[in-house]
Amino acid sequence: MRAFWKPHRIVMALIALVIVVWSVLNLRWDWVPNYLGLAAQGIWRTIWLLAASIVLGMALAIPLGLAQAVGPRILAWPARTFCTVIRGTPLLLQLWLLYYGLGSLFPTIPWIRQSEFWPILRQAWPYGLLALTLSFAGYEGEVMRGAFKGVPKGQLEAARAMGMPRLTILRRIWLPQALHRALPTLGGETVLQLKATPLVATITVVDIYAVASRVRQDTFITYEPLLLLAVVYMAITGIIVLGFRWFEGRIPSRVA
Amino acid sequence: MKKLALTLTAVLMMGGAAMAAPVKVGIAAEPYPPFASPDASGKWVGWEVDMIGAVCKAAEMECEIVPVAWDGIIPALTAGQIDAIMASMSITEERMKTIDFSNKYYNTPTVIVGPKADAMTADAEGLKGKILGVQVSTIHEAYAQKHFKDAVAEIKVYQTQDEANQDLVAGRIDATQADSIALDDFLKSEAGAACCEVKGAVADDPDVLGLGVGVGLRKGDEELKAKFNAGIAKVLEDGTYEEISKPYFSSSIYGG
Repeated sequence: MRAFWKPHRIVMALIALVIVVWSVLNLRWDWVPNYLGLAAQGIWRTIWLLAASIVLGMALAIPLGLAQAVGPRILAWPARTFCTVIRGTPLLLQLWLLYYGLGSLFPTIPWIRQSEFWPILRQAWPYGLLALTLSFAGYEGEVMRGAFKGVPKGQLEAARAMGMPRLTILRRIWLPQALHRALPTLGGETVLQLKATPLVATITVVDIYAVASRVRQDTFITYEPLLLLAVVYMAITGIIVLGFRWFEGRIPSRVA
Repeated sequence: MKKLALTLTAVLMMGGAAMAAPVKVGIAAEPYPPFASPDASGKWVGWEVDMIGAVCKAAEMECEIVPVAWDGIIPALTAGQIDAIMASMSITEERMKTIDFSNKYYNTPTVIVGPKADAMTADAEGLKGKILGVQVSTIHEAYAQKHFKDAVAEIKVYQTQDEANQDLVAGRIDATQADSIALDDFLKSEAGAACCEVKGAVADDPDVLGLGVGVGLRKGDEELKAKFNAGIAKVLEDGTYEEISKPYFSSSIYGG
């Protein structure tokens, strides 16, 4: 405990405390109880979208990175094109193209409209999740390409010399080492992905950002919801950063 | 512009009813189509201009149209530069403190628009289990929250009415509620005409939807007020109102 409370930390904690006390005393917070339920839903939706898009995005990014790093041209070329297109266009544009483009195309096809998937397809969140997933896959595909290439050749040659099958090499040597290399970058990218999630508010998904806008539009109170929103995003960011730090600590670097 | 003092005599002198000085009817100098806007030659045209002519004729008054800047239109009335305001001015309690109003002469109804294939009525019963789209922080959102919240499956809130319209075409919402004028353009568009129609006007609720638009008059000018009320009643009765509205609006804008 004493190690933690160094002078600069005490000063920072005091400043934070003063800001919090000032905010509580001088700003309007009477709207908070009315929106607690909506805010909880919003936070849940933000976290859920973030987690799902990262898991699905990584599942896509690994083959994308592998294809670009060592795949035959017929796989490498489409993978590179995908990553370039995704990274070369704004996420908002992709989101709107999916939601207003693809989403408006579906209802014109009768069998889709009558199918049992329609109740899901007519909602907004699948398009939000899809856009976030594709975006994450595009960026992380590029990161994984570098990570796969960065694993020392000697490691793979040694594994091959031991007579390991190719898939086993990938599973036991190549992928873990590549992931380990990419982990600090992935932590940062996850934080960026968190801050990309408010875009789904533009397609009627009520995430925590949409709740803050809602408070502003209903009550004409501007700063308080935004301040609280900043605190929420900072808290989630803090959890992500700590999580990744813990994760990095748990994977020992066995490579020299 | 103001110096031009565009006049439009909208009266046929009746028999021997000798008239004093013409009644100066103020309209907002800012174009507000389709209610009042200058055409290419600078002549004021529109639904409200026609209505001024019809009401004055019905009340056997000689009227002169005087364009006055909107923000100075009430002072112009109280100072006697004009005698009446017919500029789409909503009857509000705030204005009633300064001026008087005739009975309303229009109150654009709030309508429910839905897909042609889907039979529904514009009440809680008809909207049961449906997804209703409204624009955020409008009287329509307030109305939907007050009257339809328990009946509908979901009230989806949009930043603009255009987005709600788009989602109605895409089948993501089952109905939208808005001002009939605002939805008129949408229903005249290719996509809107193909998919949707007005299902009806919602029941009036002055607490939420307001009191409509009336002729603004000086306080205590009971004689003129009686004349305007009689004129409005007459054009409503003899079908002139409908006749005037037809070229501008697809349904009556008198409101329930």
